[in-house]
Amino acid sequence: MELSYFAIIIGAIFVNNVVLSQFLGICPFLGVSSKVETSLGMGAAVTFVMAISSVVTWLIQQMLVAMHIEYMQTIVFILVIAALVQMVEIILKKLSPSLYQALGIFLPLITTNCAVLGVAILTIQKNFNLLQSVTYSVSIAIGFGLALVLFAGIRERLEFEDVPAAFKGVPIALITASILAMAFMGFSGLV
Amino acid sequence: MNKLKIVLNGIIRNNPTFVLVLGMCPTLGTTTSAANGMGMGLATMSVLIMSNFFISLIKNIVPDKVRIPAFIVVIASFVTVIQMLMQAFVPDLYATLGVFIPLIVVNCIILGRAEAFASKNSPFDSLLDGLGIGLGFTLSLTTIGSVREILGSGAIFGYSLGIADKMPLIFVLAPGAFMVLGYLMVLFNKFVKK
Repeated sequence: MELSYFAIIIGAIFVNNVVLSQFLGICPFLGVSSKVETSLGMGAAVTFVMAISSVVTWLIQQMLVAMHIEYMQTIVFILVIAALVQMVEIILKKLSPSLYQALGIFLPLITTNCAVLGVAILTIQKNFNLLQSVTYSVSIAIGFGLALVLFAGIRERLEFEDVPAAFKGVPIALITASILAMAFMGFSGLV
Repeated sequence: MNKLKIVLNGIIRNNPTFVLVLGMCPTLGTTTSAANGMGMGLATMSVLIMSNFFISLIKNIVPDKVRIPAFIVVIASFVTVIQMLMQAFVPDLYATLGVFIPLIVVNCIILGRAEAFASKNSPFDSLLDGLGIGLGFTLSLTTIGSVREILGSGAIFGYSLGIADKMPLIFVLAPGAFMVLGYLMVLFNKFVKK
């Protein structure tokens, strides 16, 4: 598979946006996207973890293939990601308390963010080499952050609107997301 | 506890999709048609029943501190089993659902039930809880899938209703997923929750 890096980046951020067209990471998308600030924090934390996990899972996959136990992928990946998130949390706490302050509360949430495991599996399926998978993962994470921040911006405004009782909370958020997804469909065919 | 009530609770009062709002990724990602939604629901249900049962069996052996990692390993093992079974017996469905099959591991419904129910109740009750929640999830996914299939491609479970060319394709695409789920949730809030 020969894909230019530019195509990977644009494709992952806009055309196949992880949240709005691949439906990964919907929980944090609906959960922590009520303020622009927290969305930025979450987006940064996810980018950080995804970049590291893509390298680690790519290397592990090579090991699994060498040992002919590819079917262990799901179990190994989820454990590695969970351990990795813990480790990142501990290291950040020691090395950069200020960054830990900013990202800290989001890190535990990331283990259950299906986008991290999902992207790890997707990069394997796409047969990317190491550099391509890192590019892809970081772009995916940027796309995730972008969707989150855009959505938070809309939701901040939505809070002051008079929404009918049955629509309050998740339903109106989903309908808003639908319109946002429609806007992102405008990018299809770019790459 | 009333056994039937455990099952029914999962379907309506604790409906994972419309009430608990858990497991949104597969709910949106796999419901392009009624059959796909149902397939995903059944796969999740199988994992949920087995993991609930097994976790309830081992709940007294596992130390409290490593509870969550232990649960995740149990769940991931059952997901791998289901993944291999589906690859062998329903390869087409497996290909359509794609990455969402291994992602059953991080479906919050399963870990959520392990934590909230299976780690506190008897194996048989946990099995029933898994069945109830699983059925609730399957029903919701099948409903969403049917609505999207009818509106988007004018068919139901693959049978054409002969209106395909009049239907807006957008309902099978990404925006349709968010929209259908949003409006179904509104209906659920309005008529069922009260």
